Amino acid sequence: MTEVVAQTAPRASFLTRDRIIKWAPLLVLVFLTLVFPFFEWLEDLQEGKQHLFLVDSRFFSIRNAARILIASTPALMVAIGVTFIILMGSIDLSMEGTVSVCAVIFAFAFISWGGTLASWAWLAIPLALVVGAVLGFINGLVHVRLKIPSFMASLAMGFVGTGFALLLTGGDRIRVEDEIFRSLLTVRWFNFPIMVYVALAMTLLAWFIQSRTTLGRNFYAVGGGEELAHASGLNVTRVRLMGFTLAGVFFAMGALLAVGRIGIAETATGNNFMFISITAVVVGGTALWGGIGGVWNTLVGVLIVNVINNGMVVIGLPSYAQDGVLGLLVIIAVVLSTDRKSVSFVK
Amino acid sequence: MYELRQVDKHFPGVHALKGVDFKVKRGEIVGLVGENGAGKSTLMKVIYGAYQPDGGNIALDGTTVRFQNPRQAMEHGIGMVFQEQSLILNLTVMENIFLGYEQQFVKFGVINWKAMSEAARMQLAKVKLDIDPGMTTSELSFAQRQLVELAKVLTLEERIDGDLVILLDEPTSVLAKEEVELLFNLVKDLKQRASFIFVSHRMDEVLRLSDRIYVMKDGAVVDVVSHDEAEVDAIQHKMVGREVDKEYYREQKQRPYDAGKVLLTFDGVSCDKRFEDVSFALHPGEVICLVGTEGSGREAILRTIFGLETPTSGSVAIRNQKVTRFSARSGVDAGIGYIPRERKVEGIVAGMNVYENMTLSQMNKYANAGVLRVSEEKTLARNWIERLGIKTPDVYKDCGGLSGGNQQKVVLAKWRSGGAEIMLLDHPTRGLDIGAKEDVYEMIREMSHAGVGIVLVADTLEEAIGLSHTILVLKDGQFQKRFDCAPGAKPSLYDLVHHMI
Repeated sequence: MTEVVAQTAPRASFLTRDRIIKWAPLLVLVFLTLVFPFFEWLEDLQEGKQHLFLVDSRFFSIRNAARILIASTPALMVAIGVTFIILMGSIDLSMEGTVSVCAVIFAFAFISWGGTLASWAWLAIPLALVVGAVLGFINGLVHVRLKIPSFMASLAMGFVGTGFALLLTGGDRIRVEDEIFRSLLTVRWFNFPIMVYVALAMTLLAWFIQSRTTLGRNFYAVGGGEELAHASGLNVTRVRLMGFTLAGVFFAMGALLAVGRIGIAETATGNNFMFISITAVVVGGTALWGGIGGVWNTLVGVLIVNVINNGMVVIGLPSYAQDGVLGLLVIIAVVLSTDRKSVSFVK
Repeated sequence: MYELRQVDKHFPGVHALKGVDFKVKRGEIVGLVGENGAGKSTLMKVIYGAYQPDGGNIALDGTTVRFQNPRQAMEHGIGMVFQEQSLILNLTVMENIFLGYEQQFVKFGVINWKAMSEAARMQLAKVKLDIDPGMTTSELSFAQRQLVELAKVLTLEERIDGDLVILLDEPTSVLAKEEVELLFNLVKDLKQRASFIFVSHRMDEVLRLSDRIYVMKDGAVVDVVSHDEAEVDAIQHKMVGREVDKEYYREQKQRPYDAGKVLLTFDGVSCDKRFEDVSFALHPGEVICLVGTEGSGREAILRTIFGLETPTSGSVAIRNQKVTRFSARSGVDAGIGYIPRERKVEGIVAGMNVYENMTLSQMNKYANAGVLRVSEEKTLARNWIERLGIKTPDVYKDCGGLSGGNQQKVVLAKWRSGGAEIMLLDHPTRGLDIGAKEDVYEMIREMSHAGVGIVLVADTLEEAIGLSHTILVLKDGQFQKRFDCAPGAKPSLYDLVHHMI
């Protein structure tokens, strides 16, 4: 080998732009968990009540933490599903329809096969996951085979799903009242209900898929450089199909937890998941053009969104203000995480 | 009248312009030549305002000016005719000509198309182009588009009081011979109206057209010669700045290839209109260089070998096995490695780290049922980092943050570690500095010694001659001639150019 070529070593400064972007979501989360108790403290101070910062906070308590986590779990599953898609540089907007269909089919199957987890009705759980996978697969097929942009394909599939769910239920609510199934919410280990642990396990599984499997690596490769992935012999079409299928499974998981949380399956079960999950993914720092981010970002993002939702209730902001705040949050997150010097035009 | 004084420009890790003095007089045609990476395009960008210099100053008629963007430069009479054609193809000719300056035709918020068409016709007359300004630009030939671009820049004449400076960046690269003549006559005619800066790879054209020629090398102007004193050899000598010696291309390390075995055969292969009836054989240890101008079919041949294009006739065989399925997947499986021209776009995935990039094409070898054995990947990466001398702090470094030469090595390691026996290199040294280039030459020799067959599209003809065992000259998709390049008996530049153009 010839002479060493002179080149600049990367500056070893502590606060690099990359590092700030990487940790910003977590810092925001910490900041938020401190700022809501501060508002409480301020309020009590004005009323002259005794209030020790954090200790006397209604927000900063284990009870409230459990509340936030319970509210987060279904959204977390859906957001993780869509994280994989966004990592590939695509987007999946079918979650509301998919969640509704999975929830409704699960409820019907569960009730007609015995109505309790102690019977054959437990098969309704794998059934729901399979339904999610199939819907995701169809979604991917429409996108890949018909060459429709993923945004349009999945949005349309989402509407099809919502319509199908309505067709199945006829607008009725289906109650799932099995004690064992509801123990997801009712039984608590160390102050937190079982569904929180289920979500944690699924998050670990998602992280494993992301970092330790060829599939996860392929998501990053497709998102970072689709042409290159193709030229390296990857079957990009197959990766996309598998991505959408996997997302479908996580949407189904979200549906199961959503039903477990409120005990009801209906067409409206899927409502609001689109906004919450996409917001969470973006706020968590996963880049919309793909290749950057991952499951942990999404976890932080989901927590940020739910902490804000919960905190605004605790300090007594009207609910219509909450959507506005979340909307602003998305814009701020994208502004912060985009290196605008490198993109001159955005379509 | 237009002058750059001691202009400096730095980029991270590169000193792109080193105290450049540059001057254009009224009605003068100034040529600008230099190798790839000599700083020509950076200089051009400084001139037309896309880059701001970080040292020195720019003077117009003696007054110092500073352009924040190309538009400001245009308002001072400096226009650019782009090499990559910059017309918007779905707009009409007149819309393109007045793009960004439609205001003059607007009345009550509505564009007066008739007035614009008249004005456009006038501009087109300046470049002697008689076409309907209402035509959609995509219907024009390349030569016509080039003239429209020139007409677009010439609208400055009406808008600006002072003198014009027009930059022509490789204006002849897509033109046929008669069209080049046409353009040159036009430029000579326009000399009374504007000064020109002419950048081209074609030395003879620069020599013919320019009044003075600036020669650049490694970010500095190394010589200025007037038209009458200009000599191709002397200029080339200064551009390269060193004897194009055998040492540089590692010619002494060139060993004869193994003619007994065949890795790859092309037998009368054609692919649409990109190339026709091409035949050759690649042997272990052989470096074949495809030589031709842009668009002569060199890249298409590489892409066909790799399986990204499907030939329309003829047959391709790898190790005497006829190839029936053309896809990147089958190319990779057959042990072909492809290093495309745009490393940033197609070479490495920025955002993925060193070991992830290296195993990208062979992930299944490092996975059980889809679960990766990451520690093995890292070991592989560490081996190759050492073997190729890749400069990276560790295997976790994002490849997007490595220098061009090191990215190139990562890509090379990716294919070589996967056991590729046929390597396709498309401009492997483009944009690298000289040291990194020599590293690449060294690697090519090393691969060749290891029995890898290499098909190369080189950045310069000298490189092609220096590196290859065999040169195939192509022109407009047609095979022209085959040269044997044994050390000591290499063809000259002239021999090749003769068949290329």
